[in-house]
Amino acid sequence: MKIKALSRSTTEYTRETKSDIQLLPRNIDPELHPLERAREYKRALNAAKLERMFAKPFLASLSGHIDGIYAMAKNPWDLDSVVTGSGDGELRMWSLSSQETIWRAPEAHRGIVKGVCNIPGGETDRFLSVGTDKLAKVWSRSESSVASDGVTPETVATYTGKHAFSGIDHHRSRPLFATSSSLVEIWDVDRSEPITNLTWGADTINTVKMNQTEVNVLATCGTDRSIILYDLRTNSPLAKLVMTLSTNAISWNPMEAFMFATANEDHNVYTFDMRRMDHAVNVLRDHVSAVMDVDYSPTGLELVSGSYDRSVRLWDVNKGHSRDIYHAKRMQRVFCVKYTLDNNYVLSGSDDSNLRLWRARASQRMGAKSNRERGAIEYAEKLKDRFAYVPEVRKVLQHRNVPKGIKKASRTKQDMLQSRKRKEENERKHDKSGKARVPERKKAILGVTNK
Amino acid sequence: MAATDKLSARLRNEGEGDASGGTFAKGNVSHTARRADKDDATNTAADDSEDERVPRTLRDAPAKSDRALATAKMNGRRDKPNKSSKARAKSTDKEESKNKEKKRVPDKLEKEILARSEKYQRGLKLTSTGDDGKEPVAAIKVRSKKAQPKIEHEKRRREHAIIDAARSEMLLTEQAGYLEAEGEMERTYKVTQDQLADSLDINSRAKIFDLKLEEFGPYVMDYTSNGRHLLVGGRKGHLATMDWRSGRLGAEFHVRETIRDVCWLHNENLFAVAQKRYAYIYDHSGAEVHCLQKHVEPTALGFLPFHFLLASTGMTGRLMYQDVTEGRIIGEHKPGYGPNHVLKVNPYNAVVHMGHGNGIVTMWSPRQSQPLAKMLCHKGPVQAMAIDRSGTYMATSGLDGSLKIWDIRNFKSLHEYSTMRPAQSLDISQRGLLAAGWGANVTVWKDALVSKVDAPYMKRLLPSTTVSDLRFVPYDDVLGYGHSSGISSIVIPGAGEPNFDAFVANPFETTKQRQEAEVKQLLDKLAPETIQHDPTFIGRLDPRSRDERQLELLESRRDQYAKDKADGKYLDNEVKNKMKGRNSSAKRFARKRANNIMDLKKLNAIESAEKAKLENEAKRRKIPESEKGALGRFYDEKRATD
Repeated sequence: MKIKALSRSTTEYTRETKSDIQLLPRNIDPELHPLERAREYKRALNAAKLERMFAKPFLASLSGHIDGIYAMAKNPWDLDSVVTGSGDGELRMWSLSSQETIWRAPEAHRGIVKGVCNIPGGETDRFLSVGTDKLAKVWSRSESSVASDGVTPETVATYTGKHAFSGIDHHRSRPLFATSSSLVEIWDVDRSEPITNLTWGADTINTVKMNQTEVNVLATCGTDRSIILYDLRTNSPLAKLVMTLSTNAISWNPMEAFMFATANEDHNVYTFDMRRMDHAVNVLRDHVSAVMDVDYSPTGLELVSGSYDRSVRLWDVNKGHSRDIYHAKRMQRVFCVKYTLDNNYVLSGSDDSNLRLWRARASQRMGAKSNRERGAIEYAEKLKDRFAYVPEVRKVLQHRNVPKGIKKASRTKQDMLQSRKRKEENERKHDKSGKARVPERKKAILGVTNK
Repeated sequence: MAATDKLSARLRNEGEGDASGGTFAKGNVSHTARRADKDDATNTAADDSEDERVPRTLRDAPAKSDRALATAKMNGRRDKPNKSSKARAKSTDKEESKNKEKKRVPDKLEKEILARSEKYQRGLKLTSTGDDGKEPVAAIKVRSKKAQPKIEHEKRRREHAIIDAARSEMLLTEQAGYLEAEGEMERTYKVTQDQLADSLDINSRAKIFDLKLEEFGPYVMDYTSNGRHLLVGGRKGHLATMDWRSGRLGAEFHVRETIRDVCWLHNENLFAVAQKRYAYIYDHSGAEVHCLQKHVEPTALGFLPFHFLLASTGMTGRLMYQDVTEGRIIGEHKPGYGPNHVLKVNPYNAVVHMGHGNGIVTMWSPRQSQPLAKMLCHKGPVQAMAIDRSGTYMATSGLDGSLKIWDIRNFKSLHEYSTMRPAQSLDISQRGLLAAGWGANVTVWKDALVSKVDAPYMKRLLPSTTVSDLRFVPYDDVLGYGHSSGISSIVIPGAGEPNFDAFVANPFETTKQRQEAEVKQLLDKLAPETIQHDPTFIGRLDPRSRDERQLELLESRRDQYAKDKADGKYLDNEVKNKMKGRNSSAKRFARKRANNIMDLKKLNAIESAEKAKLENEAKRRKIPESEKGALGRFYDEKRATD
């Protein structure tokens, strides 16, 4: 007779000394884990609830400016510092870690500061600013000596333009920068006059953005509802795209050089592929007022946008609706937003003269985590992902308390859009010529011209 | 076999790289989640691999099968250039035969892993060949172009997970027990416990004992889910808890009234006892925590560990569900078959099975007032019942003397066994051994659920006693049973699951671990609504469209309404049809109510309005041309109504 019975020795399964870790054998046989689906669902629900419980996105409000903040630049060589320009012509440099002003120029410009940008190259801390006073100025925290009035530092260099500037951006590698006013001007830093003027159409340009990856391409958007792409190598435009309403801001995707996002007056953010602009790649709709600024995350997978509806929204570039909305009681219209280069924070500058620092993921906490904690977080993330379509979980994950104004406006907007859609559908149905449906991604586009 | 080929192809491709891939997954299904992180590491490992790698960690140490797989991988690599370049394709036969020779080995192992992977598929049949009538997942056509690659990706990940899970079995440390006859003449059921004890180690030998408690018997008993603690209750009021392996007594006291059943709650800190009038909950020290007065004259108790529900039935014949965390009564069902003493919880889906005096077995979910299923199992009263952990088999015994095995997935009888007297109690072990207690005997069958076996596996007779209750010990090869003169514990090799999962039930649990587990259990407490025949219904996609769902809901409500109406529930609630011109009251009613509210009344109103419209149109007379005369062309067809 062959005989064997289970006999586990206690010494094998228990620790010898208190400093040892406990042995935790696993057996993933499904029969040992009954009701696993239900239990994982419950865990997913708990994880979703915990996520919303810990969602405290607001970190700090940095005050100092007297007028609203209308321009902002992050420094690719320094995670800590950010420069802002306000409506009264003041420039401030902030340290995000200590959450205070580290440098300021009270009367940098007469009138509004319309744009700031850093000059690339880690060796200097120079940056450029433009204002409605037709001046472009170079500043440096280390080089600018304080002027005789004791407060305003002196500029490193000043360039005088012919028109009030509306935007500025620096070339990634060459000593060139582009400004926008009623035309786009390309400046060499060593010359006092622009080296090239770029125009296509006669209207005012809202902003100019240089592609930081495909460095010779730049995009502008103007009040004539157009978005124009230029190439610096040929000093000529590439393409012009006209939309139904004008675009307020542009952001190039840092990972996919041919993609860019635009903040439109029609409450939407559009992403475009510059190689095929007859349709938008994606339409991101949730704002209930004009979108004033948009910025890509350094991964190129997410977007942040600030709007006239006094809210900041975060988006997954591939999805149609925002993944989160940030708002604060005292935050007014948001004019500039930036995603920080560590992918962890979001900055917003608004009419109320405050610079606000937010978490990019509302429930995420920084700091070192133990292996166990990280494992638990990953597990929770996966569970939420897996059960995201179950109504109870989705409800918890998607619900946001939004200000009354936004809620009301979004409801009204929804009604409007629905009835418009219904009307279009009815027209299409009863049209004998057999009109095809216009895809949403094409609706806002009036036309594209390629050169 | 297309899918099998695919899998084995994957096995071959992964080769050695996955030797480290067969890790323990976290949680139960989450190994799907871990896969992505692992991929990079495993791929690099595969690239760097030499023929004989030095195992760096325990996980890397290649088991026999994986070493063979590693060889397969090397072969695969050697094969590749042969295929690609023509010159090499004409390599010598010798080399080819050598390759073929080496290939044969992993095929077997691949099959083994495939066979093992069966149980990890969780009914999804990702590798289904279509033989079972189900479509393989890959074949599901989704209209959305965006979703298609996601589904593909998910499918691939699941396949990885299944194979990894099957592979991880080699990390299990314990082997199951066995008792095998060697010669033709040997019979396992002839082995007595004394003989068994001689060939067992001292640890196992101590598990065979008889406690003589003749005053207060017969005894009922229960083990905790990790098998460490034993709770015994004598019919005449004796209660005791103990760590039975060490023999350490927990609490022992006398309740001075009849005890009909005992049951541990979620851990060894609390237990419930069915006493003469009510059910009571006591704590580990024996202090009375609660008196559950809603459970009147209970005879049988069952605990649903994931839902924290205590189920009881009794002389009233009702089934009561009480939430032991907050004390609410979750459900109270009246099967209506009189007093009742057979109640078992299906461990697979937490459905409660009740055996009745008329031979019927009913299955219950706390939130449904009607049973999920009813089965006529016996010609006489149901005496005992047991359900296996996979939720596939149920064993019942009746006073009609039969012991039947049922497939509870399709409610069919499989086989029938007989005992000399009706089995008083039944239990199924983790590894599928069936034990029956009848009179003074305990009989254990092996493989009795899957097929009809001729002879029992083991037997024991304790003269001049009556077996009242028997339980297999989880994660151990022991069967404990209570009888009229005490309790006994015998060793049944091969009964228990050899490898426990410390996150599910840990026989070597420390106090700290128990406390942590308790918190986790409470966090994961399931709603009573999750109890259904098929526990995987949660998170499933509802293929109906929203309109269809809405319609079905409305229709079901309408049916209910019609039924209620027929019962005379709504006499004065009907929509009046006064026929005042075209503007019917029903129409007005339908119009008046807000557009977005669809209730029964409105639905009926709309229907009757439409009906009236149709009738009106039917009534409209068509006037023949001859009658119209000269004024024919002024006739308005629409106005020509009666």
